This record gives sequence, structure tokens and C-alpha cells, in this order.
Amino acid sequence: MTLTSSVLAGDRLALTRLLSLVENDATEGRAALAELFSHTGKAHLIGVTGAPGTGKSSLVNQLTLHFRRQDKKRVAIVAVDPSSPFTGGAVLGDRVRMRDLAGDPDVFIRSMASRGSLGGLAQATASVVQVFDAAGYDIVMIETVGAGQGEVDIARLAHTTLVVEAPGLGDDIQAIKAGILEIADLLVVNKADRPGVENTEKALKSMLELAHPTQRVFKHHGTYMKADIPGTTQSDKMMWIPSVHRTVSTEGTGIPEVAESIAKHLAYLRQSGDWTARERSRLEVELEALIREALMSRFREDVPAKRYDEILERVIQRNLSPWEAVNTLLDPHRESKRSK
Amino acid sequence: MTEQKTSPERSRRIRVLVAKPGLDGHDRGAKVVARALRDAGMEVIYTGLRQTPEMIAEAALQEDVDVVGLSILSGAHMALTPRVMELLKSNGQSNVKIFIGGIIPDEDLYRLKEMGVTGVYGPGASTDDIIRDVRHAVEE
Repeated sequence: MTLTSSVLAGDRLALTRLLSLVENDATEGRAALAELFSHTGKAHLIGVTGAPGTGKSSLVNQLTLHFRRQDKKRVAIVAVDPSSPFTGGAVLGDRVRMRDLAGDPDVFIRSMASRGSLGGLAQATASVVQVFDAAGYDIVMIETVGAGQGEVDIARLAHTTLVVEAPGLGDDIQAIKAGILEIADLLVVNKADRPGVENTEKALKSMLELAHPTQRVFKHHGTYMKADIPGTTQSDKMMWIPSVHRTVSTEGTGIPEVAESIAKHLAYLRQSGDWTARERSRLEVELEALIREALMSRFREDVPAKRYDEILERVIQRNLSPWEAVNTLLDPHRESKRSK
Repeated sequence: MTEQKTSPERSRRIRVLVAKPGLDGHDRGAKVVARALRDAGMEVIYTGLRQTPEMIAEAALQEDVDVVGLSILSGAHMALTPRVMELLKSNGQSNVKIFIGGIIPDEDLYRLKEMGVTGVYGPGASTDDIIRDVRHAVEE
């Protein structure tokens, strides 16, 4: 049996090995991803993001318990924690909050280090999610690194994005800034037994009232792009207004309501055509990332390290601007033409 | 499919599961080791207190680790260690290296090594030694 057929047959050892090959960007991993691709596109991808310590892992734990009990869904969890920018090492501690899930053969938790990636996910997270999707998991929950204001990659990967807040983290000015709150399909105020929960909830709700619901658009080749869905116009298109929930995930309070809202969002995605639009923009982003990576590696092969170092040295000496350096490196003939 | 060179960030890293089986609640040692291995560039999956051998083996499988480090201060090492090793083996992970930290009497040290445990460390062990031994065990 090949690795991919074992994964499709539900072999957990094959699955875990393949996840490593994919994470390490090994040749076998790429080949397997290509084989598995036609089996993907079925799982509901749920992203969970928010500042460090707001309780993302505990929320994922409780929601997964709920999905297992109520809906008997098979759930995979991809939990990303940061790598050290200095040593590349990482402590991945999200499992500590997920001990209730141990012993359930239909739950698979995989921790990932961000490995130098800055958008809240690791570069290989999308591929790891694809493997779980192909392996037949109905739901893939993706927990980002503790995110601040700019780590919004999750919105491009997930179908449904939960942003987790906690009381006392920010006022109503934080709530109208661009960034992480904008990407929320559901806003969860966790640790709702703490003082200040009313203010946090109020700030989030008033932010939602201030905003005109905007259709989801993504940056495409540097310009903002609207995903048009055939047969709909802006006016008759259904709009999803993000819901605000209070939870205490250590006790499970408020979890059924969050799960219900996730189910409603899924129904909305299917009815409105947003599911297709998001799939489209997700795969487009993924394709672009792969092209970028391939071009980069072609560049590394084409330009000898020595030449690169020479040019870099000239930039450091202020003899060449970075833009000129790029032109010189990308077009080896240009330099000689100019110097004539 | 074109061959691409892997960027340095995405290349393979040593993955270690640090787990505390048994009922004692002292995890400072486990945290010190986790932090030291992190600073040595490894990816450390930390699972927290009071893990059963079943939970440890399951986490080792899901995380595809190279090494399992067990911190045992309760004196139950002669019961817990073989159980973890047995479960790893039945999951097809007999290649995973086992390290133990804790209070281990000398006579047990020998028996643990015989069982196939790669390294045993008591109080005062240097983290540099642990890092070196883990690297050596994984790379051999």
C-alpha cells in the first residue's frame, strides 16, 4: 500500500508520517499532496484566532467535545504556536488545554510551529489542513498563534473564523481598528466570568453597528478584489452579520450557542454562494504562494550565492539602491549594458 | 512536478514530546528541560501534568515525535516506562527514543537502560548533556 492509500484508508501512523513530510516540504510530501488533492474540499475549516491567553485552546477543546457529542463529526485540530526567531525552536503547548479529547480515535490533534511565518499560521498549515480534509475529517479546527492586530491569514484559509477576545483587553477604539476584528464571522468573549465583560461585549457590538456589512474581499495581486458570484447582485446578496457570544470555556458555558452559530454560518455560506467564493479565493492565494516559492527557489538556483553576496555588499556600501539591486539580480545582462 | 529546494525555515526539526505521567504535581523540571530543548532549536510538545501512558502514546503518534521525555518524580518509573514503550511499539513507533528525568535509584537505572531507555537524568543533570544526547540519539 502506498502512503496516500493508507491515509485514505484511515491508517493513523501513515497520516502522522505524511503530515511530517508535508510540514517539512519533502518531495514525497508534495507528491502525496498532488495525489490527495482530488479528495479535498469536503471538510468545514474553522479558524480560531485571538490574542495570547484569551483561551483559544480551551475553546477549541470545548467545541470539539460538543461536535463529537452532538454531531458525531470526526474532528482534526491543527494548533500553531510560534517558533523562536533566534533558535528556530518552539514549545508547543496547546495540547495542555485539550486533554479532554485524549482517547477519542475520531479526534486528531497536531501541533505546528510557525517556523518563521508571520501571518499567524505556518507556511505548511494549508497543506496540513488539506491532508486532514482528504483523510476524511468532517471538521478541521485551526488555532492560530496568539495573534495581535495583523495576523489575518486565517481568514483566507478558514471557511468560518472565530475571533476570541477576553474582558479588559481594549476599548472601543481598539474595536474600530482594521485587522483582526474585521475577519471575524463569530466574535467570542471568553472568560466571561471576569469583570468588564459587559464593556467588552458592548464595544464589539457597537463596532458591528458602526460598520456597514461589507462583502468579503481579498487583496489580489496587490489590489482589492471582490469575489463576484454569478446570478447575484450586491443588493440581493445575503449578508452575514457576525454574532457576539459570551463563553467560559473552562466550564463549557456558552459553547452550544457558539456551535449553533457556526452551523448557521455554514448554512449561510452554502446558500449565499460564499462557500464557493471563499474556496476560490483560498485556492488562488495558495496557488500564488506556491508560485512565489517556486520563483524564489528558481532564483536561488539561477543566481550564484557569490554574485548575490557581491550585490548585497554594494547595497550595504550604499553604492546601489535595493531597487537597482533587484533589477541587476533579476536581469544579469542589464548590468553589463549599463556599464558600457 | 519541479524539484524545489526547501527553504531553511521549512526543513526538518527534532520533535520531542515532554510528558509527566503519574500523579505528582511537580513540573518545574519538565519545564526547564522543555525550555532548554527549545533553545537548542527543537520543537517541544508539552502536554502537562497527570498523563496516562495511553495519553502519552497517543500524543506521540499524533505529533510524530522523534523523542519522548518522561518526567517521573513519584517513584512509579518501573511501572510507567515499560507501559509507555509497549504502547509506542504497538502503534508502530518503536523507533521513538525514550528519555527519563526524575528521582531514579541506581539499581533501576540499569534496568531502565536494559529495557531500551536511551537516557536517564537525575537532579542536577546538565541541560547541555541532555541536548547533546537527544541530538545524538536522533541523528544516529
